[in-house]
This record gives sequence, structure tokens and C-alpha cells, in this order.
Amino acid sequence: MAHRWKNDLTHADVTPKEAFLNRRQILAGTAGLGAIAAAGLAEAQEDLQPNSLEDITSYNNFYEFGTGKSDPAANAHKLEIEPWSVKVDGLVDNPGDYSLADLLDGLTVEERIYRFRCVEAWAMVVPWNGIELADILNKVGVQSEAKYVAFETVVQPENMIGVQRRVLDFPYVEGLRIDEAMHPLTIMATGIYGEPIAKQNGAPMRLVVPWKYGFKSIKSIIRISLTDYEPPTSWNKANAREYGFYSNVNPNVDHPRWSQSSHRVIGGGLFASREPTLMFNGYEAEVASLYDGMDLSEFY
Amino acid sequence: MDIVGTINTAARKVPAWTIYIVGAGWLVYLFYLAAFTRAFGPEPINALEREYGEIGLQLLVVGLLITPLRETFGISLIKFRRAIGVMTFFFILAHFLVFAILDVQSLERVWTEVVKRPYVTVGMISFVALIPLAITSNNYSVRKMGAIAWRRLHWLTYPAAILGALHYVWLAKGFQIEPLVYLAILIGLVAYRYRPKNRSKNRAMSRA
Repeated sequence: MAHRWKNDLTHADVTPKEAFLNRRQILAGTAGLGAIAAAGLAEAQEDLQPNSLEDITSYNNFYEFGTGKSDPAANAHKLEIEPWSVKVDGLVDNPGDYSLADLLDGLTVEERIYRFRCVEAWAMVVPWNGIELADILNKVGVQSEAKYVAFETVVQPENMIGVQRRVLDFPYVEGLRIDEAMHPLTIMATGIYGEPIAKQNGAPMRLVVPWKYGFKSIKSIIRISLTDYEPPTSWNKANAREYGFYSNVNPNVDHPRWSQSSHRVIGGGLFASREPTLMFNGYEAEVASLYDGMDLSEFY
Repeated sequence: MDIVGTINTAARKVPAWTIYIVGAGWLVYLFYLAAFTRAFGPEPINALEREYGEIGLQLLVVGLLITPLRETFGISLIKFRRAIGVMTFFFILAHFLVFAILDVQSLERVWTEVVKRPYVTVGMISFVALIPLAITSNNYSVRKMGAIAWRRLHWLTYPAAILGALHYVWLAKGFQIEPLVYLAILIGLVAYRYRPKNRSKNRAMSRA
């Protein structure tokens, strides 16, 4: 005779509701990843020696201010950052034009020491001060249909020599998939070394996505849009063969014009050795699962 | 005031070997700046590499300007041309050595880059084309080869110049004016050699 199933658990064994919800979040794979990533993050930060503030503020790509590495430091003082307003629109509950202070009000600024790897095969380490992008997005209320986040850099043609020269199709635009945007490693930086972020580094607020090539980390943001389609991105528009939407740091997928397997180290001097480039810029444990099942040489 | 006369008089007073002294001093000084100062910024490897390469292009422009300057304005700087050509080679050699030793840092990878990256291939062809020109930049070679063969060999300057500029255009990200300007100038200077010959005769006659 078959046994009847008998419930041997009582109400006392029920998982507390809070813990249950946390677990659901972990399974959902967004906010819950934070717990995992935070542990990994502390480890990842240990051996990183940040570059000097001088290195960080004198070697930049910010094509609005010229294409030379020292051009942004020379020209970005013209950028007007007060007042600064950020338009939040698209699939959000609370769209509108926010002052920077209102947008960030009540959110926690943390220090994040991240590797920064440029697509041009150089790298530095930056001690950012910033807010998790997820906190900002949760504050404005992301609607469930939103699949991507689009960002836009300010255009001040009279202040920006690179815009006058049409180096790229400005305004500079970038985008992330929503799970990338909500990942706890992704921050909006407002400072470096505890000081307000320098204009050449993207004042007053710029994105930092440490496992992607630097050009994804869009500077001086004036617009954040939630979309249900993959938004256009500037370098992809300029040269789709060379710059994909994802642009994850990947030593195994070369740029068509140069190798990505290693990079030059900023601040090491003329005789510095190249360093091997790490998968996802050293954040593989934290972010690899975002791309499960994707062919990263196809989605470069 | 006769500007052409002043330039020609001044040029006559300056011996050609000063180009070697100034050029070599400049090359070494740039290396010193990159190695021991912050003049080239926090990442001097790529900066020095680019500086040497760009000076190489500038010297190519100067070298190719000498004939048109004489034919068009009567400015005679011909005695400096060999020294300028030799210095061009040394700056491009320095550019290559910084690329190979300080930037790429492995012979195997240099080879991979040359084979795999078209802009490096083009730059390398340009550099290799300059090697026989540098070796034969002496009176002995001119005598030994004969003027016609020597001149035919040194025709390689033109493709080397255009490939060098193409190399620069190719490595730029986004729409950048400067490399395109070099390419346009060098194409113009090469095209000058191939302009219809009767035109210069006409001009000579109208001047007479």
C-alpha cells in the first residue's frame, strides 16, 4: 500500500518572511548578487594600489575636449557644471528633471577602488566615490518593461573643442542592459580620492562599470532613460566592427587593430612592463553569470 | 626685402652637418624627457612612440618640400636634404624601437602585430622601405650605383611617405583631422613630382 504524504514540518519551521524575500531576490539575480559581490569586492580591492590623483586627472579620454590624452585636463575647465540637471525619462515611475542634489539625496556614497581598463590597452586604478546605480534607479522607480538604461553626456559646443571638430557624433551616448545597470559593482561616481570629481574625469557625475572598457563609463551625464530596446551607443555608431554594445574587458577577443591580451600601466614610467589583462577586468567572479550562454566573441 | 635671398644667404652659412647634431640631440632629449621627467605625462611609452612617429612624418614633409621650394620660389635648401632624409630614418627607427621594445615588449608579439594588424603592416612596410635609402645615403653609394639607379632606388621615399601617413590615419579613433592633414600634404607633395612636366616649363618661361 502506498504511503500517504505526511507533513512533518510545523509553522515554527517556516522560513521568516524577510529571509524568504532576500532569497527570492538572490534567485532573481539582481539585488541579491550584491551580497555575493560585496564579499568578492572586499577581496578584489585588497591588492589594488590606486594611481595618484595627478595620473588620474592628467591622462584622460574625453573627446568632447580633444583627442589627446592631456587635452581634457587642459580644456575641461570650460565645462559648466552648476547648475546641473539630470533628465530621467522612459519607463520609470518618477520621470522628470532632477537637480543633481535631488537625484542623489538620501543615497549612500561609498569608496570603490576599481581597475579601469581602456579599450586602447592601458589601465589604471581609481579610488572612486560613488553611489550604486541601482540605488538611483530604485529611487526613480524602474518599470518592469524596462530592459535597458541609456545615458547621455552634456553638450556645450562653445565650451567643447572636440564637439566643434565633430570628432564623434555628439552627444555622447552609452547604455547598459538593466541587469548590468543594477549590478552592485556599477556606480555613479561623483568623487575621486574623496574630492569632487574633476571635470576631465566627468564632473559632476559619471558612470563607472569596472568590468567594461572605459568608454562605456560615460561622463558628465545629463540624461538617464529606461528603455525596452538596446539603446544606440557612440563608439558602436562610429565603428560597429570595433566597438560592440557590451564591450566587456576580454583578453581573448582582440580589438581588430590591436591585441587586448595585455595592457600598459599608467604611472609606471617609460620602462614599465605590460600587465596581462584579466577576464572581465578581474571581476569575473562577480559578473560572469550575467553573460551565461552568450558567445562573448559574438557579443563583444 | 628679398626674403628668398635672405633665406638662401642664411642657408649658405649653415653647414649641413648641423642637421645631424640638432636632430640627434633632439631625439635623445625627447627620450630623456620621457624617461626621467613627467613632460610626456603619466604614460610616456605611447606618448614617446607617437612623438617620434609624428616627427618622422614632419621630416618626410620637410624633405619632400625641398624640391618644390626651389622650383617654385627659388629657395635652395638642397644641401640639407640628405641630412634631413637620414634624420627622418632615425626618428622612424626610434619610433619602431619604442614600439617593439618598450610598448609591445616581445619580438614574437611584434611579429604577430605586423602580420595581424594592417595599420602596423603598412607602417612596417614604410619603415623597411626607408632602410636601403638610409644605407645608400652617402657619396660612395651614389658613385657605386650610378646616379640613375640611385635615384630609382630613392623613389621609394614616395610610397614610404604615403604609407607612413596612411599608418597614422589608420590608427586614429573617431574623426581626427591631424592624420588626414599629413596624408593630404604628403599626397600633394608626391603628386607634385608627377604633375604634367610642361607646366613648369611654362612657368619658367613666364618668369623669364
